[in-house]
Amino acid sequence: MAPPSNSTEPLESYRSGPDDRGHFGMFGGRFVAETLMPLVLDLEAAYGKARQSPEFQRDFDYYATHYTGRPSPLYFARSLTETLGGAKVYFKRDELNHTGSHKINNTLGQILLAKRMGKSRIIAETGAGQHGVATATVCALFDLPCVVYMGATDIERRAPNVFRMKLLGAEIVPVTSGTGTLKDAMNDALRDWVANVEETFYIIGTVAGPHPYPAMVRDFQSVIGREARSQILEAEGRLPDTLVACIGGGSNAMGLFHPFLDDPVNIVGVEAGGYGLDTEKHAASLTGGRPGVLHGNRTYLLQNEDGQITDAHSISAGLDYPGIGPEHSWLHDQGRVDYVSVTDSEALEAFQLCCRTEGIIPALEPAHALAHVAKIAPKMNKEQIIVMNLCGRGDKDIFTVADALGIKI
Amino acid sequence: MNRTDRVALTFERLSAEGRAGLVTFITAGDPDLETSQQLMERLPGAGADLIELGMPFSDPMADGPAIQAANLRALANGISLHKTLDMVARFRQSNERTPVILMGYFNPIYQYGPARFVRDAVESGVDGLIMVDLPPEEDDELCDAARTAGLHWVRLVTPTSDEKRLKQVLRNTSGFIYYVSIAGITGTRSAAAGAVGDAVGALRQHTSLPIAVGFGINSADQVRQTGEIADGAVVGSAIIREIERNLDSLGVAKPQLLKRVSELVSALAEGLRS
Repeated sequence: MAPPSNSTEPLESYRSGPDDRGHFGMFGGRFVAETLMPLVLDLEAAYGKARQSPEFQRDFDYYATHYTGRPSPLYFARSLTETLGGAKVYFKRDELNHTGSHKINNTLGQILLAKRMGKSRIIAETGAGQHGVATATVCALFDLPCVVYMGATDIERRAPNVFRMKLLGAEIVPVTSGTGTLKDAMNDALRDWVANVEETFYIIGTVAGPHPYPAMVRDFQSVIGREARSQILEAEGRLPDTLVACIGGGSNAMGLFHPFLDDPVNIVGVEAGGYGLDTEKHAASLTGGRPGVLHGNRTYLLQNEDGQITDAHSISAGLDYPGIGPEHSWLHDQGRVDYVSVTDSEALEAFQLCCRTEGIIPALEPAHALAHVAKIAPKMNKEQIIVMNLCGRGDKDIFTVADALGIKI
Repeated sequence: MNRTDRVALTFERLSAEGRAGLVTFITAGDPDLETSQQLMERLPGAGADLIELGMPFSDPMADGPAIQAANLRALANGISLHKTLDMVARFRQSNERTPVILMGYFNPIYQYGPARFVRDAVESGVDGLIMVDLPPEEDDELCDAARTAGLHWVRLVTPTSDEKRLKQVLRNTSGFIYYVSIAGITGTRSAAAGAVGDAVGALRQHTSLPIAVGFGINSADQVRQTGEIADGAVVGSAIIREIERNLDSLGVAKPQLLKRVSELVSALAEGLRS
């Protein structure tokens, strides 16, 4: 969207990226093997056509409404607000989506594109299993075979989601290379793609990977921010003061933030601080990493001095990724979005706070966002408004939480 | 190019001998720095005409299980990009003739600093670079510096490179072309010889550079077949697997490792000299 034309000084728009080479400033791009380049270019062309197509848009909206259950409510968390004693806190309830998280917004968009492109096989990577479930779901719906790469370590940690994917007909490939987590799953999915170039469509789960994925996934997820923007205008007659969302790769955050980037709204992304940024056990790529190249794009990464990627750690498997979407890296360097981090134990406290005050069991991912909300809301006045993306429900996390609390179930 | 162009001289010599060259790939520092150094120094004597030296990376997304494991072994034993360049410098103390091409992924070089890397690579006696994850669209920050400094910039051409793309890929390519014979990762399947022959033939319409073929070449027989259609045959995973077979249960090189791997390389080279 163009910035307002009546300003005396031309306003820079934060919503116009990426450029035609897929760059957000110095970030993004297409750092892939030559074998994949023609595929990535095909995908870019096909997506470019699809996004202009009223029919594609109609299909996307149809399934969003009747299958996913959009729009998701924007809910005033009264009890939490009173407990925190400051700003009004609203939850964007994307945990109420079919499959229990925001991931379905993106997988629906991509599978509709895969169908348009005549692809006959779907692959995906998954960490916590939410994207894997969302991909297996749309593959069942559209009757396409689905192969999900998942780190062997994550498979152990996420047995319920593994079973869900199997029920939905997906084949799960355990990834033992590297450290057996999300980054390795993504490596193996890329290796599969390079070996099955003709028929396979790779549904990437976050706003990372080679161009056009970061922009495409953001576009599909931006339904969150578009809805939230009109919902808050309707509820409060004005824009919020602050947006808060958690960030692993950053798709739920990008989806909420993007429609607000040119508005006078504070925006905060919350990374997973694990045991703390002063330890090596965290997943905060922006606040604890530096720019590098991995998985097809240039972005902030956790890495050692020699450029070897280091392991991320978070209590939340969905945030356990050593990189971040390139647009976030750009927004960070531009100073448009503030990026902070929250530790495992702070997230765990916020998780319980949400259960007790609102009767909502959140996923551990948005519990990170909530932990930050709990820090800032009391310092804000009662007329101010925070909108937080409650991007996933926590059923999948009850074992992890019980374990962390030292409770046997 | 002011420096001795070892790549050009090598392909000229091979052409005079009427045979294709054997290009051997090993991962720098695999299984440990000293063994890897000694292995590298033995490769020419065993029959390698060019050496591709892999720069280890934690996330080698275009490589199959064998080379992935080699990367992790090397990293676990303390390899770094700096030490990789030192390996080449040490190799050059006893070998001025065999070209050394570094192959790998961009991030370690990006962290090292492209300009500093190019300078140090030239100083160490490196002859060229193959960058797996730098397609023409993204390679300007390294390609220009490398070519200006006299390093060859060897690009990969693949079965998915169509005519239009080929022009873009061949621009700025120097030394030789690396034709990736399958759409896939290293060390998995092999291409049908006929298909590779057709592809190399088509490629020759667009370039006069020598063409080396790699991915999925495991045996002396495959090396010989490849040598009939191309100017070089690249063997990587098969050599890495031989290294793997000569490690003890703790991953330490057994005493016979160097001998066994050299024997394999000699056997592969035999396919091009009969």
